[in-house]
Amino acid sequence: MDLLIINGVVYDPINSVNGERMDIAVHNGKIVGHVNDSEAKVIDASNMLIMSGGVDIHSHIAGPKVNAGRLLRPEDHVNDFEVKGPFIRSGVGGSVPSTFTTGYRYARMGYTTVMEPATPPIKTRHTHDELNDTPIIDKACYILFGNNWFVLEYLKDNRVEDCAEYVSWILDALKGYAVKVVNPGGVEAWGWGENVRGIDDVVPNFGITPREIIRGLCKVNTLLGLPHSVHLHTNNLGRPGNYQTTLDTMRCVEDLADVDPILHITHCQFSSFKGDDWTNLTSAAPEISDYVNKHSHVTLDMGQIIFTETTTMTADGPHEYMIHGISGNKWVNLDIEAETGGGVVPYTYKPKSYVNATQWTIGLELALMIDDPWKIMLSTDHPNAGPFVEYPSIMSWLISKYARQKSLEKVNKKTLRRSHLSDLDRELSLSELIVMTRCSPSKALGLDKKGHLGVGADADIAIFDIDPMRVDTSKEYLKYDRAFRRAAYTIKDGIVVARNGEITTRHTGKTLWIKSGFPQEAFGSLINELRERFERYYTIQLDNYPIDESCLTNSKPVFTQSSLWS
Amino acid sequence: MSIEVILITGRSTSQGLGLELGKHSEKYKRGVASCELNVDDMRDLAIETDDLVKVSSECGSVVLRVAELEQEVPRGVAFVPNGPWVNLIICSDTSGTGMPRYKGIRVKIHPIEDGIVGDVSSLVEAEDE
Amino acid sequence: MTFNVTNDIACPFCGCLCDDLKVIISDGKIVDVKNACIYGLTKFLNYSLERSVTPVVQGDNGKVEVDLETAVDKSARILIDAKYPLLYGWSCTSCEAQRVGLELAEEIGGVIDNTTSVCHGPSIEALQEIGESTCTLGEVKSRADLIIYWGSNPLQSHMRHLSRYTIGTEGRFRKTRDDRTMVVIDVRNTYSARVADYFYQIEPNSDYELMSALRVALRDQEIEQDEVAGLKKDEIYDLADMMISCDFGIVFFGLGLTMSLGANRNVDAALSLIRDLNKRTKFLIMPMRGHFNVAGADVVFTWQTGYPFAVDFSRGYPRYNPGDTSAVDILLRGESDASLIVASDPVATFPVEASKRLLSNPLICIDPHRSLTAKAATVAIPSNFVGIECTGTAYRMDTIPLPLKKVIEPPEGCLSDVQLLEMILRRVRELKG
Repeated sequence: MDLLIINGVVYDPINSVNGERMDIAVHNGKIVGHVNDSEAKVIDASNMLIMSGGVDIHSHIAGPKVNAGRLLRPEDHVNDFEVKGPFIRSGVGGSVPSTFTTGYRYARMGYTTVMEPATPPIKTRHTHDELNDTPIIDKACYILFGNNWFVLEYLKDNRVEDCAEYVSWILDALKGYAVKVVNPGGVEAWGWGENVRGIDDVVPNFGITPREIIRGLCKVNTLLGLPHSVHLHTNNLGRPGNYQTTLDTMRCVEDLADVDPILHITHCQFSSFKGDDWTNLTSAAPEISDYVNKHSHVTLDMGQIIFTETTTMTADGPHEYMIHGISGNKWVNLDIEAETGGGVVPYTYKPKSYVNATQWTIGLELALMIDDPWKIMLSTDHPNAGPFVEYPSIMSWLISKYARQKSLEKVNKKTLRRSHLSDLDRELSLSELIVMTRCSPSKALGLDKKGHLGVGADADIAIFDIDPMRVDTSKEYLKYDRAFRRAAYTIKDGIVVARNGEITTRHTGKTLWIKSGFPQEAFGSLINELRERFERYYTIQLDNYPIDESCLTNSKPVFTQSSLWS
Repeated sequence: MSIEVILITGRSTSQGLGLELGKHSEKYKRGVASCELNVDDMRDLAIETDDLVKVSSECGSVVLRVAELEQEVPRGVAFVPNGPWVNLIICSDTSGTGMPRYKGIRVKIHPIEDGIVGDVSSLVEAEDE
Repeated sequence: MTFNVTNDIACPFCGCLCDDLKVIISDGKIVDVKNACIYGLTKFLNYSLERSVTPVVQGDNGKVEVDLETAVDKSARILIDAKYPLLYGWSCTSCEAQRVGLELAEEIGGVIDNTTSVCHGPSIEALQEIGESTCTLGEVKSRADLIIYWGSNPLQSHMRHLSRYTIGTEGRFRKTRDDRTMVVIDVRNTYSARVADYFYQIEPNSDYELMSALRVALRDQEIEQDEVAGLKKDEIYDLADMMISCDFGIVFFGLGLTMSLGANRNVDAALSLIRDLNKRTKFLIMPMRGHFNVAGADVVFTWQTGYPFAVDFSRGYPRYNPGDTSAVDILLRGESDASLIVASDPVATFPVEASKRLLSNPLICIDPHRSLTAKAATVAIPSNFVGIECTGTAYRMDTIPLPLKKVIEPPEGCLSDVQLLEMILRRVRELKG
């Protein structure tokens, strides 16, 4: 059925629409110029705010590590559950919701595309099984490469083109969307209980440095013409003084950049610590923002803290061990053969804790001090810094200094004294907020049919019951917070999937993945070369490693252009 | 003459193969309705391989065949493969864990002259007899 | 005579899920299997010996063969009429079937439990309190120089575990057998103990004490007793030293911990010991999962409901409380009034009191084997063998997912667990209206 959304106040930065009353027409799941009124379902969006569906560039929603978090924490679920309904399967929430609940809760907030940012190749079949059971939203997964033995060996020998062929085969065979790198070299060292401390430390037994891994994979990414840049979780994450490593990391690929960004530093809050230890930790947001303002080859996402009980989970095994050490909380560790690692530790962020409060200011400082909202995207690294259902809080803090002040009143006094946040008056406009939550992630991911409402775009639309012409973002932020938590309408592929917090239909989104343009014969010789090492490194057969496309409930391959095969 | 021992149940090859070969054969019964004892304990009870013993726990009792020893059993311990026979004496109480005590249970063992190791399908009714 | 060889077959028997089997077929029959242990070989060669092909319903005058539609209808009616149906088993079928099972349990407001409940349930309960430092089996192959089997007899239960994953393998950093040390800790001198470098024979029900003593030794403190768990103090110090001085150690533990006195507390102590060891060196732990897809059942249950087993849907949302919502306890309290058993034989594995309660109510059994449960069932519907006659996904003991393949056609009219469960679910929905 066609849709005609009339009279709404539309914000569409990509198409230079900034709060205009206009109609939107939907036909066959796409936005079109017009539809026949009499045959369309009309949605009266008078006095309502309309934007494209949210795009989350980094959220841990599916796969072995996420499931380890669910398993670890029955106490996280027991008081937050969803009852089976006409269009919804039952489930549990908390900081690590079950898969069905995850899809519904994103849809209720007006989000329509979510990226699972870290899957270990050998368990990616699991990740896809969970994504298949995550309803409504479009999704994809990034594959971990930064501690992969084949990658380390290729790059040590400077075989960048061979490495590119391998990466292309992995993305194709395992149905991945992007190259993810977590603590490059450090997680391999964690296989022995060690770590690396800087980008020029040599990884034990492999004779390569993180700098070489990052640079090598950036070259691979460019060669393959992948839609997203290398998505990187820095070395030394979460350690006082680590901002230096972050700057070194961004600098180390400056010369490789061309027109588009070449590196995405994820959850940058965790990588922006100044100081020597936990007592004199301070924000390095000024230093990081300054660099980002002057360069165009990197993008970031925030990793914003929410003061709540949550669950940390990353592929950064040694980092999770450290969280266990400082919090004393239960700890799961998951080392993966020849590829990567991971860990899960529950954690509570408290406003009265000096360190946590400082962390909270850092994420916001980054967003406010980086001038261009296209360079920094909204995220909490869900659930690491906080659950995704709290994104509306972050939106309030970004658009209103009153909202920030209110929270600043409750934080640790030493943090308040030392932080820059209370001096920052900047308030993001709605357009800028929409850039950070829709336009910029879509662009960074190469999703040209998402993040905007122009003709030809996917009909993924969020309508909020608030009139931006009359409600002031700065003083009346609470109304926006409330509105953003429950979209009046969420439309996915041209179908109304959520209405005022109720899921109104069953819908399955698409799983996007990169289909390699390599000729099949080229893969034949690659596989022959790999086979002997594969059998030595792994404990499964090479022929059981790839995932058939039929394993994805709703597969959407994405094609790329590369100089290597054209 | 009876002795008190600690009963351990567990995997044995015939029990494992029975999962695929079926649990109705004489071969399965011979392998699984059996009890391995320590040689000194057997001497105290004056029994040999293929004799019958009655094994009793606080929840029930079952007649089993004394098995040939393949893996050593220490003094004061008996080993019986997992299966429907030993389940006649496993208590269902789980102490709130969901898991009954299948290992480390105190049992009494004494030889019996006449006794029948039951047919598998009537086992569940055996208690009523 | 032509022979067709299918390679890279995953064996659907135990948690090793060896995927290097070669199955040789001639004239539509499996005639040989390479690389399998005796369990896998027996399964592939003999699976059709004790299997049914026709659904059977228990009537007033005894058992009657019926058509599939009748069996499905009767099953659906039993489930709808029940106030608190128990759906149990799931470990010997595919993840795809487990997913349908969960949907069915939710639809009828029943309780769904898998065999973890009477196997490594206590291990998961302990993990939920302590956490777990673990890895995939390839990490052991590549790096481990100290391998401890505690309360586990792999040469009897997981026959290729040693040769595929531990002391019999050549790893990137451990080339020969001499590069590794194997320790067995058990109450009796098992086959596995005989091939170990060190065997510690302990008293039954004393694992908790031994682990506590080791934790004392790890902290360089004095063990106050001369003997713990049947071992001398010095032996315990030696074992602690061995653990501290390795580069990469791992404990594989079995039902010796979960089924003995203490159950989840034993595993609690083991997980705590391994966690403590990580202050000194790299150390990990892994439960030896029994059935070939019990790990998969836990994984699927958890992602869909948040909980790994013993999931109650009677209030319309998932609830979990082992001891309360677990199969044996529910049966003991007489709370369930019907059951659906899939890919499992609880009448053979449960304590007799629980089995009796199970059989005192209508019971539907879906299983390719002519098991004890199937023989006693009100409705017995035979299905296909996953990994032989139909495909599916299964998870290895270290939760690596693998594709199970179809190597041979099933008998005419015999469907897979997935198909049968979908039929029952559809019929349940039709009847509910």
